Amino acid sequence: MAVISYREALRAAMREELKRDENVVIMGEEVAQFNGAYKVTEGLLKEFGPKRIVDTPISEAGFIGLGIGASMLGIRPVMELMFWSFSYVAFDQVVNNAGNIRYMSGGLINCPIVIRGPANGGTNVGATHSHTPEAILASHPGIKVVCPATPYDAKGLMKAAIRDNDPVYVMENTILYNDKAEVPDEDYIVPIGVADIKREGTDLTIVAHGRAVITSLKAAEILEKEHGVSVEVVDLRSIRPLDEETILASVRKTHRALLVEENKPFCGVDAQIAYLIQSRAFDELDAPIGRVSSIDAPQIYSKKLEDLQLPYPARVVAAALKVLA
Amino acid sequence: MAKNAVITHPESLKRPAGPSEYAKDPVNASLSKADKIALYTKMARVRHFEQRCIRTYQQGKIGGFLHLYVGQEAVAAGTISLLGKFDHIITGYRDHAHGLLVGMSMKECMAELTGKVTGCSKGKGGSMHYFAPDKNYWGGHGIVGGQAPLGTGLAYAVKYRGQKGSCLTYMGDGAINQGAVHEAYNLAALWDLPIIFVIENNGYSMGTSQERSTAHPGCLAKRAEGYNMAWDVVNGHDVYEVRAKTAIALKRAHEESKPTILEIFTYRYFGHSMSDPDKTYRDKEEVKGYRETKDPVFLFEKELLNEGVLTKELVESINAAAMEEADAAAVFADESPEPTLADITKHIYWEEDNRGPKTTSSGTIIFE
Repeated sequence: MAVISYREALRAAMREELKRDENVVIMGEEVAQFNGAYKVTEGLLKEFGPKRIVDTPISEAGFIGLGIGASMLGIRPVMELMFWSFSYVAFDQVVNNAGNIRYMSGGLINCPIVIRGPANGGTNVGATHSHTPEAILASHPGIKVVCPATPYDAKGLMKAAIRDNDPVYVMENTILYNDKAEVPDEDYIVPIGVADIKREGTDLTIVAHGRAVITSLKAAEILEKEHGVSVEVVDLRSIRPLDEETILASVRKTHRALLVEENKPFCGVDAQIAYLIQSRAFDELDAPIGRVSSIDAPQIYSKKLEDLQLPYPARVVAAALKVLA
Repeated sequence: MAKNAVITHPESLKRPAGPSEYAKDPVNASLSKADKIALYTKMARVRHFEQRCIRTYQQGKIGGFLHLYVGQEAVAAGTISLLGKFDHIITGYRDHAHGLLVGMSMKECMAELTGKVTGCSKGKGGSMHYFAPDKNYWGGHGIVGGQAPLGTGLAYAVKYRGQKGSCLTYMGDGAINQGAVHEAYNLAALWDLPIIFVIENNGYSMGTSQERSTAHPGCLAKRAEGYNMAWDVVNGHDVYEVRAKTAIALKRAHEESKPTILEIFTYRYFGHSMSDPDKTYRDKEEVKGYRETKDPVFLFEKELLNEGVLTKELVESINAAAMEEADAAAVFADESPEPTLADITKHIYWEEDNRGPKTTSSGTIIFE
């Protein structure tokens, strides 16, 4: 077991799958010669050559669509979006084509494509580069969406995504790329649709995904040390499919729920989770469900304010205390 | 200064239609009598299927959109007649002919239009979304130009596998101004993909003529030059010419792995779709002119009668059989069951449709 970064874990997953299956190809802007805009694919061109690791022009609708077409014939493209924000210029391909073709063909076709890249704010790059489209995309039946928060999950979910026969959209986070943790050297996957209890507790359930998990874990520390509160943190890991049972089991144990995510409030992932909890565990609740989202404005450029726009530990602590009051 | 040059038509279209100048082209000269009869039969089948669709639509049995191919038959028939094992096709929403020509049955096609479970997409796709991947037919796509990147991907996969194949990526003249089409052009030329972009130019993007929609230097195919790609213009009323010029592009794809844009001039007799009253943007006389002098099925019929391949009797029996087949398809569609409510949530995910020891995901994937 080696200690590696989130970035290296993603790369290890791709390297292992490139070796395992000759149908796997890596494609995207700057993934090959440049070694990746965020160095996730560093060294892969040297190891696997230009047939497997392919630089594309800046042409998201074109190359994402190309990947979808190739996947219909059994190629397993892993397409990098430099930012998930850029998926918006390829939205017809990402949603209409990848997401609908199986259905519209009555099950005759499937698209084993992975689209991956960072989807996060907090990097001082302004509104156009800071979108978090996991809720938007997960609202389309036909698409799977995962959001790893740790190096272990990044590797395991990426490998599961590449082996999956449906379109899987992997949303990473540039702020997490340097986070390090122990990751097994041997082959493993993290099954898609299985949440993970990142911290056990008894007084409050926090449900989060992506970097909001890390923020929530920090908040849980503070809540324990400064307020004597025992917090359970449920990391969704996968948005669609959604591990509803793990969420409900935790809420039935703690009787209080706080939902934390980096999306804007309107129709975020937490909207679906809040509906789930009230519909299936209403009687278990001792308080209204709380939530922490990003402040509802386009992502601000100002670094100082952007740090306040996103959920941060003190905000999560305050919201938790309100649910606990 | 006028934005557009006078449209550059293929040479053969500048003259009154007569015997095909391409009858002796090797790709046509090599056809046996039976091959020629089969090709004519296929065109007649497309014609009669589409005309039967009009009746079914008027009977209120087809919902949504219905885009007819009547008048354009030689385009799909000529191009598809040349394809081999590793050649694939993909098109836009005017997709019935392509389906029939790759070998889909009239029954499954008609049943799809009426939304029945026996339809080619089990009633989940409709008129615009026919698919037959076992016959290398990848749809049937509703968003104008959205299929162009998919076609480049199919061609990429063929090349990746080292197969001597191609992907014929069809689109209408209305697709030419979509960004996705130009991104596909660029990728196809940049990566030397074995693809033929077939622009089925029927003159109108819905109700907007080419002159009103598109800045062009004489023809749409010429935009290929901006991508260093080969191109040609084709008389789409002459199936022999379609075959001859497609064969050159196909050879380029198979032997050099290079893309081509073929602009095939054609004409649709009916509106953009059945909901188009077809009264505001073109003259009845124009439609009449095409019907009377450039009808691709009639011209090929005349050609083959002159060649002594067809006889009047054979023409009658082929057309009668095609009409009968289309009628039988309509009856089949009528008698077929509707999909059930439980069918709505099937065929969304491969994994849910194929649950077994090797599937790994869990959790809720279809929500209430």
